[in-house]
Amino acid sequence: MSNSILEGVPAAGDNTADNTASSAVSPAAATVMSMQQALNRALDEVLAENPKTLIFGEDCGRLGGVFRITDGLQAKHGEQRVFDTPLAESGILGMSVGLAMAGFHPIPEVQFDGFAYPAINQIVCQIARMNYRSRGTMPMPITLRVPSFGGIRAPEHHGESLEALFAHVPGLKVVSPSNPHEAYHLLKYAATRPDPVIFMEPKSRYWQKGEVDTASHDAAGGSPTGAKVMREGRHLTLVAWGAMVARCLQVAELAAEDGIDIEVLDLRWLKPIDAGALAASVRKTRRAVVVHEAPLTSGLGAEVAQLITQGCFDTLRAPVERVTGFDVPYPSGDLEDEYIPNIDRILFGIQRVLEYKRG
Amino acid sequence: MDTLPVASGDAADPLTPAQLRELYSLMVAVRHLDTSAIAWQRQGIIPGYAPELGQEAAQVGSGYAVDTTRDFVFPTYREMGVARTMGVDMVAYMSTHKATWHGGLYDPLESRLAPIQAVVAGSVLHAVGWAHGQTLDRKDGVAMTYFGDGASSQGDVHEALNFAAVMKTPVVFFVQNNGWAISVPTERQVAGGSVAARAAGYGMPALQIDGDDVVAVVEATRRAFAHARAGNGPVLIEAMTYRRGPHSTSDDPGRYRSLDEERDGAGQDPLQRFRQQLLADGIADEAFFAGALAAAKAEEEQIRTGIQALDSRPGTEMFDLVFQETTPALQAQAANWREESEHV
Repeated sequence: MSNSILEGVPAAGDNTADNTASSAVSPAAATVMSMQQALNRALDEVLAENPKTLIFGEDCGRLGGVFRITDGLQAKHGEQRVFDTPLAESGILGMSVGLAMAGFHPIPEVQFDGFAYPAINQIVCQIARMNYRSRGTMPMPITLRVPSFGGIRAPEHHGESLEALFAHVPGLKVVSPSNPHEAYHLLKYAATRPDPVIFMEPKSRYWQKGEVDTASHDAAGGSPTGAKVMREGRHLTLVAWGAMVARCLQVAELAAEDGIDIEVLDLRWLKPIDAGALAASVRKTRRAVVVHEAPLTSGLGAEVAQLITQGCFDTLRAPVERVTGFDVPYPSGDLEDEYIPNIDRILFGIQRVLEYKRG
Repeated sequence: MDTLPVASGDAADPLTPAQLRELYSLMVAVRHLDTSAIAWQRQGIIPGYAPELGQEAAQVGSGYAVDTTRDFVFPTYREMGVARTMGVDMVAYMSTHKATWHGGLYDPLESRLAPIQAVVAGSVLHAVGWAHGQTLDRKDGVAMTYFGDGASSQGDVHEALNFAAVMKTPVVFFVQNNGWAISVPTERQVAGGSVAARAAGYGMPALQIDGDDVVAVVEATRRAFAHARAGNGPVLIEAMTYRRGPHSTSDDPGRYRSLDEERDGAGQDPLQRFRQQLLADGIADEAFFAGALAAAKAEEEQIRTGIQALDSRPGTEMFDLVFQETTPALQAQAANWREESEHV
């Protein structure tokens, strides 16, 4: 990319924001751990803090889950709090409804994203609607953990991105962490909410380590229900969630070598979406690219693009671009690197936006 | 079929004459309200209704065994007789048929009756979860879930039976086999001919009973509750009955069964049958029956008046009851609706 495409971007120096403040973690209180460890620790603490929480699903008990997210929790908290169920996702979610009616806070696991499909009836027709149907007398404080997205060369139905499907259902909330620190805090937050939350864990990031400040979610005082600026920039906003946030941060570093200063916004909550944070970022940068693994058509990128357009149409210098998976069934491992937005495709998307000329 | 071990204690106590008369009064009240609801629909008081004509013994008998201080019931959309027997506020219950609110306006926690829901077999798993909660809380409540021969084809019923048996949860699965899933008869629905027979595969005791014999239904349900309450795990009851009316007020049974078939399949009316039995046994007389009918009519009139007086819920509830913690998007939509609506 040549610097000529920077025509029209704000001159350097007109950005008064502190580039380091928002995502910085205080090293003193921080521990380095993987996302798997962060999630495990969060669940351990949730079980200790709320005696009505229960963890269950396929292989969650003795084995500790196929990703070991619940490792050691049954031994520590007992077989009544952490248990294996028969291998039936509708059963797991349907049972969660009854347990929630009885005053428990179930934290069920669906072992892989694609395994949520057999439970869709219970999720959509029951969990999402029970608070409504019961006129608020039977809330559904259910935190459904779903190891999500692709990138691990897994079999079919193990690499799906279901956020748009869940986000479209009235009565559900959807969140996805991008790093160990977010995983720890967002899971602890989700597991104390009175409403159902689909917690989409980026399985390709389970083993990546990062600093986790267990004392404070956001030193800058940001809301746990909002989006989070992970890197400040002036020229363009990359909007992403889950595993795509780390990739966008890589892209931002590369673009910086060409003098392009990119802001990376971790959406975190996919429902409700923090429309204010989208508008605030793009009003500043005036350009946006949204990146997700899910297929393009009717993906959440469309919703993000509309919210940006609504919030800052007058300041936008180019239509919002989407860099996403394709409208194809999630491919086999050999082809998944072609499917998931890679650095080159994201850079091309950035280039299209920066080179856009008004007709 | 009866594979349930013989129960001991109060579950085996015979019904007293007063209880038998109470059962009859309940059946008459339910029959009268049910047939009246069809009339309400024809008169435009309610847009639709799913009658349970002919299932009064199954519904009143099973509901009679529920202890509303500790048990919990998970209905479908055709359990008016159960709700009435459990003492649910019937204006609040029938409001779902007035299209006031899906699920009805009654308080499910206070009533011990989960909200009415329309997914066939949708609540069967909920009963398993609720019942497992009793085990975890070391309480002795039992969950009873209702479903029909049609619902028995749903995968969730298998998952529920298996989960309940594996986890030994205190659940009574009460199947009303009424012969018809809208237009499809049981023989084209239930392979092997019996839902109760399937329980053996789960290692679960089961009873197949005459669902039109209210005393048999009470006794079977009480035994099942005693078994589950004692920590012995779930029980399945298949009450054989007959859907004498249409599936709903929109249905036309003439398209799939003849009146002759209907007469043959339905057999003797459970209400008439119980009345004859009470007369023969000297437990009730004509004056009692007349009194019960008069009470049923007065009750129906009161409920109808309540239903007619029922206003629509304020539109704000559409937004306010989605979540416990609302979202900015919902608030914005509610504000927009208020601004653009005439119902401010």
